[in-house]
Amino acid sequence: MKTQRMDQLIGAHPFFEHLSQAVSEIVSGCGENQVFEPGEYLAREGQAADHFFLLRSGRVSLEVSVPGKGALIVETIETGDVLGWSWLVERYRWVFDARAVEPVRAIALDGRCLREKLGHNPALANELYSRFVRVLADRLTGARMRLMDMYSAPDDTSSDVP
Amino acid sequence: MSLSQPHPRPFRVCAVSDQLEDTWTVELAPADGKRVVAAPGQFNMLYAFGAGEAPISVSRIHADVLAHTIRAVGRVTRGLRQLVVGDTVGLRGPFGVGWPVETMSGGDVVVVAGGLGIAPLRPVLDTVARERSRFGRVQLFYGTRDRASLLFQDDLKTWTQQNIEVNVIVDRGSPDWRGPVGFVTQPLEAATINRSATALICGPEVMMRFAAGTLLRKGLNPEHLHLSIERNMECGTGQCGHCQLGPYLVCRDGPVFGYDAVSDCLAIREL
Repeated sequence: MKTQRMDQLIGAHPFFEHLSQAVSEIVSGCGENQVFEPGEYLAREGQAADHFFLLRSGRVSLEVSVPGKGALIVETIETGDVLGWSWLVERYRWVFDARAVEPVRAIALDGRCLREKLGHNPALANELYSRFVRVLADRLTGARMRLMDMYSAPDDTSSDVP
Repeated sequence: MSLSQPHPRPFRVCAVSDQLEDTWTVELAPADGKRVVAAPGQFNMLYAFGAGEAPISVSRIHADVLAHTIRAVGRVTRGLRQLVVGDTVGLRGPFGVGWPVETMSGGDVVVVAGGLGIAPLRPVLDTVARERSRFGRVQLFYGTRDRASLLFQDDLKTWTQQNIEVNVIVDRGSPDWRGPVGFVTQPLEAATINRSATALICGPEVMMRFAAGTLLRKGLNPEHLHLSIERNMECGTGQCGHCQLGPYLVCRDGPVFGYDAVSDCLAIREL
């Protein structure tokens, strides 16, 4: 079986589509392949956020533990998605638990390694921040949509329009 | 009210099946034996005797039997909830412009449904599943509130067997749900969409606006994008004006519209 180099794997992931060669080399130097079995945690709330993950296959649930209710799933992250931006936000702590729902193949990228390089590499910083902002915007929009609970029955029962 | 259809026709209740706690499907056949012709996307005015009329989309077409999937939200629909097999209900219709099934033939199809919005799309998916070779790649993106509010689960399996790519996503996770959790635009965003595909969207209007926006950002030709709009339909024949949407009367000119025709109207709050 032919083994792909890390820069090829990263270049093939949608999050890093059309990444420049120079930036790709830096990012690839901070990446490693990881595999998670169903039920295994990729991250735990409150722990140091030293990595983020590019999901190559599988599904990860973002969970929050609620006393008396157990783990509530707030969102799932799917094949082709990126998991984790806490490594970019000071305090660098995971906000949610991240647990594999299915067997997961991921590229773990070392956030500490990349953080050090961001400060003196504007091209890298621009690439990473602009890509993460797009992801943040999409997820924020999705979260706002879900807050509306738009598929539930209307409160006003005077009309028959569902 | 239409001069050609001044009175509701009597239809016999053939079957009633619960879908969700507040949502059920009623199958109706003409009691007068005369043929009824409906197209996917059209709606009927169902008359619950003593309660009034409500516009309900056709959720399945099988010979002379029309299925309607109804959520009990008001006086009329709660009246319709009381129907049992053998009862008679008044029906006017079918009314309106349906989905462009004929022009979809030969190409790829993207169907985006939100909540109960899957009901008016079910006849299209039935047609695609039945005549699968007429269509290219077919993708269904179905967003709903949670596992408990998932409609037509048997149909989802049937459609999958007919090589329709079924993507279901729920707003709220639960221990008995192992699928995706998020808003319906998220799998849509991640999917590869043929720019020349025909896209059909039905659901809450906000969801349709955002789903349309996602598809257009991905390069879909707006001329191939169709939405089913809901307004306060009363006469069903374009006479009363209750369902006016800008220059259109939804009951007569819709409920299915090309995106280009209604996109400006959808951005106006007062409409």
